[in-house]
Amino acid sequence: MANCSVQENNLKDVLPENTLKTRVPQTQVSRDIRPAPSRYRNEISKTIIRRSHDCTKCGRCVEVCPHGVHVKKPGYKYFAEPCLDLCIGTACETTDHFCVAHCPQKALRLVENPAMKVLGDCRWTADMMLATWKMAETGDIPPAEYGYEYECGNSGGGFDRLRFKYPDKLAVAVRPEDVDTSIELNRTGDSRPQVKIDVPWYGGGMSFGSVSNVTQLSKARVAVAWNTFTCSGEGGYMERLRPYDDHVITQIATGLFGVREETIQRVPIVEFKYAQGAKPGLGGHLLGEKNTVSVAKMREAMLGISLFSPFPFHSVYSIEDHMKHIDWIKHINRRALVSSKVSTPTDVDMVAIGSYAAGTHIVHLDGGYGGTGAAPDIAKKNIAMPIEYAIAKVHGFLKAEGARDDVTLIASGGIRNAHDIAKAIALGADGVVIGTSELIALGCVRCTRCSAGRGCPRGIATTDPTLQTQMDIEWGTQRLINLYNAWRKEFIQILCRLGLRSVGELCGRTDLLMHLDYTNDLEHKS
Amino acid sequence: MPEKYHIQTKPIPPRRPRIGKYGIVDWREDCCRCHNCVKKACVYDRHREEAGYIHDMKDVDALFFDCMGCFSCVQNCTKALLSLEVNPIYEALGNSYWTPDIIQTTWMQAETAKIPVSGAGYRGPFSGPGFDSMWTDMSEIVRPTRDGIHGREYISTSVDLGRKRPFLAFEGQALMDSDGPLVSLPMPLIIDMASPDHTLPELDPLFRETAARTGLIAIMDSCAWPFAETYLPHVAFHLHPDGPELPRDVLNQTRLIELPDGPDVLKRIAAIKKDCPHLVVSIKVMLGAGGSQRAIELANLPAIEMLHIAADPNGNEIGVSQPRFIKDILRETHVALIESGTRDQVTLMSSGGIALAEHMAKAIICGADLVAMSLPLMIALECQLCHSCEPGMHCPAQLESINTAYGVGRMTNLVSAWHDQLVEVMGAMGMREARRLRGDVGRGMFFKELEEDTFGKLFGTRK
Ligand code: SF4
Ligand code: SF4
Ligand code: SF4
Ligand code: SF4
Repeated sequence: MANCSVQENNLKDVLPENTLKTRVPQTQVSRDIRPAPSRYRNEISKTIIRRSHDCTKCGRCVEVCPHGVHVKKPGYKYFAEPCLDLCIGTACETTDHFCVAHCPQKALRLVENPAMKVLGDCRWTADMMLATWKMAETGDIPPAEYGYEYECGNSGGGFDRLRFKYPDKLAVAVRPEDVDTSIELNRTGDSRPQVKIDVPWYGGGMSFGSVSNVTQLSKARVAVAWNTFTCSGEGGYMERLRPYDDHVITQIATGLFGVREETIQRVPIVEFKYAQGAKPGLGGHLLGEKNTVSVAKMREAMLGISLFSPFPFHSVYSIEDHMKHIDWIKHINRRALVSSKVSTPTDVDMVAIGSYAAGTHIVHLDGGYGGTGAAPDIAKKNIAMPIEYAIAKVHGFLKAEGARDDVTLIASGGIRNAHDIAKAIALGADGVVIGTSELIALGCVRCTRCSAGRGCPRGIATTDPTLQTQMDIEWGTQRLINLYNAWRKEFIQILCRLGLRSVGELCGRTDLLMHLDYTNDLEHKS
Repeated sequence: MPEKYHIQTKPIPPRRPRIGKYGIVDWREDCCRCHNCVKKACVYDRHREEAGYIHDMKDVDALFFDCMGCFSCVQNCTKALLSLEVNPIYEALGNSYWTPDIIQTTWMQAETAKIPVSGAGYRGPFSGPGFDSMWTDMSEIVRPTRDGIHGREYISTSVDLGRKRPFLAFEGQALMDSDGPLVSLPMPLIIDMASPDHTLPELDPLFRETAARTGLIAIMDSCAWPFAETYLPHVAFHLHPDGPELPRDVLNQTRLIELPDGPDVLKRIAAIKKDCPHLVVSIKVMLGAGGSQRAIELANLPAIEMLHIAADPNGNEIGVSQPRFIKDILRETHVALIESGTRDQVTLMSSGGIALAEHMAKAIICGADLVAMSLPLMIALECQLCHSCEPGMHCPAQLESINTAYGVGRMTNLVSAWHDQLVEVMGAMGMREARRLRGDVGRGMFFKELEEDTFGKLFGTRK
């Protein structure tokens, strides 16, 4: 990976001696796309083919279907269960290879899958989940014939009502290979290293304890593969993350669990977590029974006692205090960029400019609808504003204050696909942080039971030893690599259609957006 | 530190079969009887429970729907015979305002007394009508502690009912605390009279006991008397002009009394004040046509200590062609009273549309001192809002045969969960006192204003 700019060659100059001594060799992960089919026997599909008892097993359906849906294994008398996720459903009715029409016995029927009504919700529609699974499986944008409507959700506001105004004709056509999807994270012009990531997003913090090892490591490995970042979360720095140090953001949250000078020195970005979108303004509470031997060790806490992350930082009561903290980190880790993760209160613009003034490199806004982990429903729904408002507000304010070019603005909280990423950037962000989409790619069905009982029944957000075994690291990594690839492809497509060559050219271009609930008749000075 | 408000709770399971959101549909015909059937692998053991449930089914009218919707069995079945469906009975619960989700979360709180917690981020719409068109604020780095350093245990949710002085007054050296009597409640909530559409008279004792256990007050029709006198401090009688007269010594043991608005309301207040000067008198104004105007007029009169403005159960104005929502009426009333300089003197209580703990916080931000509700307490008893409460009709929650331990326990659990949620949002806002939250619209963010402020500037006028 020659273009890997987060890796620095002269670490000797920047890392303290004892950190260099404990540094472990860094793992490389290839970006290659390989199929990573669902780990479940029956992938959920939009439609179902039902076979009645009239079927004489003539094999005609196997012959006609070009998608390999009907499976009759050699030597077997009966059909295996069909690969329904490969079926293109109603789009097939008008083709000349529609199995239902070809079946001489009229034994096949195409019906809507009743489970589609159960899957998903208005933010993550069933179609969006199926499309994400397809992308994670194939590494490509899902073919139009599947009929997935996944570009927007159905929440009735924000991203779901924003659309791009694609021009009919471009003055100069942009070829996909000419588009640069990388972004730089250090805009301050200070003497710290430039950190460039190859895609305009990185993975959000999910602590050890909130997700399985496999999930956390898969996230770290995809960050290596795509030269971007993952975040340790607040629960401490797993030793197993060390081979990925160069792509890890370590988090300092209000509980300071597992934070040591040495862990801070390992990484290129250190993040202060002031608040999180899932429960803005609330602290965390890890129940005593969940404070197991390994969690206690990681968090450097007593076994079995309840662990509280207070809100707010009890050592930060002003921007000046914030600045002292940033200075402390900058002093301990001479190469680190500092990110401040905040949520979206009424005066989010003041928070952003304050963080900038305190010397942060990255202002990370986590919108009120964000988050993946367990949180009180009342907080998820009500506290803090949706990210769509916050991006526009902060971008505008930083610009008016003349500070916009000197700080990186990262948005998160409800970003689900390449279209959301593009919209967030057009509203004024430089890049985004993602979370839920990665879990979906790993097979999450949004059943919301992540923290109940033994944790995630699908082995994603759990530390239960048996449940965890449902997924292996190779598969998890590949699913995410594929997802990133599909997103990048789609993101490039969007830029090409808009005639733009880089992420930076899209930043703040609200003139390219329209809102379905507005008159859209303002004159924009472009 | 003063004594902390704490409600004793303990889990109380439902009496009736749970009405979950999902059910598993099983095409048994083609099943190949695998030895390692996926049904055994359900993390929640739901298939086995279902089999047990069907085996000794007591209630033929209730099917088993308690699947958690994880799709594991659906996706692993050898023959792909299993599927998930939304339970049609679940979907039919409640109505468009009291949605199935609201009913289910209320059931869960009544059972466990816990704040509902879930994973996977927020799943609902961007915004919505009524209380869903606002968000509550939180405090960030630049002002993390408007009220100083505090933990949740320092947050006070208590409120005072009654007429307050607009300025400090002294009697000799002593500070006079108010003009008239004040009633202190540990949280900004009153148990309202149950709506006649949704209740059975047997429930009154449960409401009284719940009020006593939670330290709150239950409003009760004067016909409810007599009952044990020990409950009187937790009861506020609603006196209809044509209802029974109550003995003075009974009234004297209560703290609050409610009168319906009417042409002679001032005379009635004077009469009560003459007999029982220590009672705080609240006037209930129904928000029909002109109701909000009437409320503002009344609030400006020196004789009025407290107003109860009541919208319909869904929070809308009553009998008006284009009804406004209680939140907007509260904001308007609050501002009107500030403009006339009387806001701090009168206590404003609102009812109607208070279905979730967040509505209590939001109504207060919009200008109420406290809220009143009763439907959520009915739902706590597994009521489904099916409107067939008349004697002789079949009540699916079997409310005609309810016992005190269950009924009071469930309602107390719900009040406790609401209190905890109020503390949670106040903690996020950096607010230390519920009294100070009243009318502090800066602690709220309103859809209309945020839209205008951001998208309006970018995309023109909202259609
Ligand atoms: S409907 Fe078309 S794609 Fe689906 S199984 Fe039949 S032939 Fe194949
Ligand atoms: S418990 Fe459900 S929502 Fe949570 S990660 Fe697992 S599948 Fe997703
Ligand atoms: S896994 Fe499916 S086919 Fe096998 S026994 Fe169970 S229900 Fe039947
Ligand atoms: S979907 Fe999940 S919770 Fe429901 S029965 Fe199947 S395995 Fe159990």
